[in-house]
Amino acid sequence: MASIEFVHVTKSFDKHVVIKDLNLKIEDGKFTVLVGPSGCGKTTLMRMIAGLDPQTSGSVLIGGKDVSRVAPGQRGVAMVFQNYAIYPTMSVRENIEFGLKNNKVPKEERTRLVESISATVGLQDYLDRKPATLSGGQRQRVALARAMVKKPSVFLMDEPLSNLDAKLRVQMRVELIEMHKKLGTTFVYVTHDQVEAMSMADTIVLMNQGQIQQEAPPETIYHLPSNLFAAQFIGVPPMNVGDLGEDGVKFGFRPENAVLSAEPGDNHFSVRGIIVTREMLGSETIYQVRSARHSFMVKCTEDLFTVDQEVCLGVKPDKMFFFGADGKRIERDDARFDGYMKALRGLSHE
Amino acid sequence: MNNKPVWEAVRPYVMILPAMGGIILFVIYPVIYLVKLSFYKYNLMNASKSKFIGLDNFKQIFSREDFFSALLNTVLYTVGVVVLTMILSLLIAVWLNRKSRFNAIVQAGIFTPHIISIVSIALVWMWLMEPSHGLLNFLLKAIGLPTSQWLQSSSTAMISVIIVSVWQSIGYYTLIIVAALQSIPPTIYEAAALDNASKFKVFYKITLPLISPQLFFILIIMTIGSFKVFDTVKIMTGGGPNNATTTLVYYIYEFRTNSIGYASATGVVLMAIIALLTFVYFRLLASKVHYQ
Repeated sequence: MASIEFVHVTKSFDKHVVIKDLNLKIEDGKFTVLVGPSGCGKTTLMRMIAGLDPQTSGSVLIGGKDVSRVAPGQRGVAMVFQNYAIYPTMSVRENIEFGLKNNKVPKEERTRLVESISATVGLQDYLDRKPATLSGGQRQRVALARAMVKKPSVFLMDEPLSNLDAKLRVQMRVELIEMHKKLGTTFVYVTHDQVEAMSMADTIVLMNQGQIQQEAPPETIYHLPSNLFAAQFIGVPPMNVGDLGEDGVKFGFRPENAVLSAEPGDNHFSVRGIIVTREMLGSETIYQVRSARHSFMVKCTEDLFTVDQEVCLGVKPDKMFFFGADGKRIERDDARFDGYMKALRGLSHE
Repeated sequence: MNNKPVWEAVRPYVMILPAMGGIILFVIYPVIYLVKLSFYKYNLMNASKSKFIGLDNFKQIFSREDFFSALLNTVLYTVGVVVLTMILSLLIAVWLNRKSRFNAIVQAGIFTPHIISIVSIALVWMWLMEPSHGLLNFLLKAIGLPTSQWLQSSSTAMISVIIVSVWQSIGYYTLIIVAALQSIPPTIYEAAALDNASKFKVFYKITLPLISPQLFFILIIMTIGSFKVFDTVKIMTGGGPNNATTTLVYYIYEFRTNSIGYASATGVVLMAIIALLTFVYFRLLASKVHYQ
């Protein structure tokens, strides 16, 4: 078990700087998810922990020890790759055993470890099969078993669920949470899927263009996004954002915090609009409401409206967010907050 | 109405007829004719005077010393060429696998001999290997090493021919192995690095098994090709000196005019040897080849 620390880390490929002067501490024993759009540097960050693409400058610490000059195999980390990277010419048993053999683990212990790990992930009947004969989900388990058997102090996962079908992905998500609870090791998980991030993480590290946008538990990142990017990246559909028309400030609210009604209510922010699209998802329905100046997504638990119907959209004042011209969220106790709230009232009923 | 099922049944045969026609005419018929000739004492001047002599030709083959010496020469040549080419092209391919501009130039350069006619190559090498004026001996002398008689001594002629064949074919096989190496996903090597595998172990346990289908293909193709070697021998040594480089096909060639029946019988034996070798390869190695 170990914490991970990035100290003034810079990474460039040729002359292209991907990550610049980044500092980050990943806590020991936590499930940390690095999330962000593709090309944001999250995988680069993970590969630096593994030592596969070492940093250009700065240092990476695992368990307080600088590992900048330590080979990948000696860092005490295990990694699950997106395409699993199982050795295709070896049987399942040989795949799981390979790392143990290289670490000179005696034979009896190796056999015992392989047996117990394969029972944990449900592979005991497939130990002598070749990976080519396994399904996608089973290969995923081989990759997990191969990582687990080494008892690493840090567990790295690079979009491990992206090659699975939707149903299996949900199932594996639960299994990974349980696995983390059982092992209690540091998990670092890279994904571009914010649903995976929200559902599994103790801490989410949200990245964009090589910079950390926000580092917080899922509930905080959802209810108190630190900037516009965080607000619009996390949540399905993302937060509705509109121009306030004052100092370049934008207002925003979550789709589930808007109330639709046929008649105007007494909400602080209220606009009239027409329903353009309707997505019935079962337990909830998502409407796209277009007003004179904006287009908002609204998530309702009841399916009361139809397409082309005119509706009133209202939002309670405590569900409103404001973002400054620099994209940062304006705190509720900020001096400007009340002024923007008043300006918002003026936007109503347009 | 009634014709339709007949046509349905016949159609596939009609469709492969053009291809089968060619194969029968140019492959199967010559082979059968070769086998037939091997049972005759054939008279080229007057075919009607040819005589069926049964297995006499074969009896003669296995009682003549020059056949066994040709067979031994061929085996030596094949082992030399196959082993040297395999090892060298594997080493060069592993080295060329790292992408750089320099390597691209080397790769093009190393492939060039393959597009040159073996006749030109043989002639140029005869020049280089000339004992008194050749470049090779000049270089050996310049760095203070003993010189060699190369093609003109029966003890070094075979290795000289092997060197030329290896030099010519190495680029082609290197290219095949480089292509195989580059089809291995880099994440497998990264996984091996995280599994703390040594370089040797990565090569032995991961790289080699993954390119084994291509290596197996090269082994078989090269063995068959080397067993049938003719052009290099014909141009460079003419089987000499003192029959030191007479290989099986050259041996057959020497009997082309005066005893066609005997030459045919030797051809049949050569065919049988190659078939047997290929069968043995498949038996011994197929389980070690990992097809994806």
